[in-house]
Amino acid sequence: MSTDVAIVPTGTANTASVNAAFRRLGANPRPAVTPEDIREASRLVVPGVGTFGAAMERIDQQELRESLVDRLERGRPTLAICLGMQLLAEKSDESPHVPGLGVVPERVTRLPQDLTVPQLGWNRVVPDVASRFLDPGWAYFANSYKLDDVPDGWTGAQTEYGGEFVSAIERGDVLACQFHPELSGTWGADLLRRWFDSAGGRS
Amino acid sequence: MAAPRLIPCLDVRDGRVVKGIRFQDLRDAGDPVTQASMYQDQGADEIVILDVSATPEGRGHAVETTSSVRQVLSIPLTVGGGVRETEDAVALLEAGADRVAVNTAAVQRPKLIDELADRFGSQCTVLAIDAARRGDGSWEVVVDGGRTRTGRDVERWARSAAARGAGEILLTSWDRDGTRSGYDTALIEAITAAVDIPIIASGGADNADHLEEAISSGATAVLIASILHDGVTTVGTLKRRLLANGTEVRP
Repeated sequence: MSTDVAIVPTGTANTASVNAAFRRLGANPRPAVTPEDIREASRLVVPGVGTFGAAMERIDQQELRESLVDRLERGRPTLAICLGMQLLAEKSDESPHVPGLGVVPERVTRLPQDLTVPQLGWNRVVPDVASRFLDPGWAYFANSYKLDDVPDGWTGAQTEYGGEFVSAIERGDVLACQFHPELSGTWGADLLRRWFDSAGGRS
Repeated sequence: MAAPRLIPCLDVRDGRVVKGIRFQDLRDAGDPVTQASMYQDQGADEIVILDVSATPEGRGHAVETTSSVRQVLSIPLTVGGGVRETEDAVALLEAGADRVAVNTAAVQRPKLIDELADRFGSQCTVLAIDAARRGDGSWEVVVDGGRTRTGRDVERWARSAAARGAGEILLTSWDRDGTRSGYDTALIEAITAAVDIPIIASGGADNADHLEEAISSGATAVLIASILHDGVTTVGTLKRRLLANGTEVRP
């Protein structure tokens, strides 16, 4: 089984943590920079910190939109982290005029104004019983925006922060997490391991 | 809600962990990778590394230290000390820091906060403030390891930093640091009232009661140093005590 995992370099921050987490699993992370890289990767990670608009702009500049959408719609092994998960949506209140990937027909909204924002810290993840990858546990979050509903055809997990929001969704071999599995201790490492192993078996 | 975080802090000089009271009389306290890994195993929610090297050569170790610690750490890592330009932050983030903390350089050039937040996002941008009590009950920003009083009001500085995009404030009570006499809860209350962004309380922790006081004063995280480095207690012991007293933390 290949140990490759391709990482879309969405920005400076966070890539080192994602790489280190996969190396600890015995995987071989490498960057995915062209549409071919994205099409051909046996496993792909879309990390993301920063703003929705800046991330989509970069994806469009590098002409990665089509290949990303294609792979997500076909359920090819893909892990989207934090902002990476929000990019799956049609749009976000963070950058209202920038179209997202639109793989899920949702809008990303801001966490309630009366709370401490960003949410920085560990919070409970409560997955749907039908989840393939997700277990209940504590995950590390660093977010100001969130998804409100689990899209049709996806299985989700909920987390409470001034009301429930969607902390992860999965469909086929696609897993999208609002939290950072690479920073979520052994619980996060176990989740990465399940996704990594399962994804390797199919492509 | 998100659980309050317990964050061991490693002061690192020339690549080694050091400890001292009020940043003075520093003594060697071990290897950063070993220590970070030990605290992670004890249940730490995050690790903060503050580089306190006196020289540029010493600070050069910070990137190396960050990179080695990242290899073993599966929890968040915040690194500060010596970040003067966004390029300094790039080096630390590429080495594996999840967030960078700025202190003196931001006091001298507040726009640094805007630059970091614009480039890396607020969640990456931590402002460290060292606060010293004034006679009138307010607090003044001190820099250079407490050697320089700036005359700047802590509350106003916190507000201005939040408006510039700081995503969190690491708030150290200069009067309490290293004294084990408890956090300055009045300081925590004043600053959490002034800004909506999260506050890490720092300076003065001796036991779980002190952590609880800081949390109920509004801190969303507590920094712990000397009691861990001296082996007085462990992160696990502190967490069990907090849980027993009804403060929810990540078990």
